[in-house]
Amino acid sequence: MYNHRRLMPAVIFLREVINMQVKAECLDRKLTLHLTGELDHHAARPLMQSIAKEVEYALPLEVILDFSGVTFMDSSGIAVAIHTQQQMKQLGGKTRIINPSTQVKKVFMAAGIQKMIRMEDIHEK
Amino acid sequence: MKSDNQVVLEFPSHSSNEAFARVAAAGFAMQLDPTLEELGDIKTAVSEAVTNAIVHGYPENFGKIVMKLRIREGNILEVVVKDWGVGIADVEQARKPLFTTGNDERSGMGFTIMESFMDTLRVRSVPQKGTTVTMRKRISTRMGERK
Repeated sequence: MYNHRRLMPAVIFLREVINMQVKAECLDRKLTLHLTGELDHHAARPLMQSIAKEVEYALPLEVILDFSGVTFMDSSGIAVAIHTQQQMKQLGGKTRIINPSTQVKKVFMAAGIQKMIRMEDIHEK
Repeated sequence: MKSDNQVVLEFPSHSSNEAFARVAAAGFAMQLDPTLEELGDIKTAVSEAVTNAIVHGYPENFGKIVMKLRIREGNILEVVVKDWGVGIADVEQARKPLFTTGNDERSGMGFTIMESFMDTLRVRSVPQKGTTVTMRKRISTRMGERK
């Protein structure tokens, strides 16, 4: 299993997206985006643009959206996840969602996202 | 008596008020002693309703949004979100999953989430007059037991 803590990140960016933060780490063409904050419509557009930029820059084979720092999410987060997956499909890559909170997971499940995008809990040591 | 307590909040349709509205609703709901999950459900549903009013009610301009929070008998929280915007021509269609008139920032899942996170959802809309969304959720009463 991919453990981003143990690896030295090749690229680290930190971008402020209103009330959200995105920290990107890229290693072996796996781009991990650590999201922090509340993901609502107000934060969605800048976040989407920020993710798109990171993906364009890194051209990864897989994007891992780490939701462990997301304290609240509404259906805007579904659009962000779908948008990211579409961009990755165009690049021939995969998308994965890790560590969603109970509330975040419930929103994703209500939309059936787990049927489209792999979702899993990876607990850091 | 807790029942019949109510607050009315009025705010302009700025997207920064989405966070304010859901936190205010959660704060009001606290007197019903909800679980963390119930609180999350209320915040999510309110966020959807208020975002709809902001994005779809007033697509071209800013307008007034009123949110009424009320405690009804039987430990029920009622949330009413009202706008005086463009309205919805076909409410039934709008409530369908994945239907959206918005751009790619919108998933079309707003009403589906309100429906699944609350117990009841009623949508009344008149084109060019506005939309009123009424949601209710019964908060479980717990006797000395806490999760």
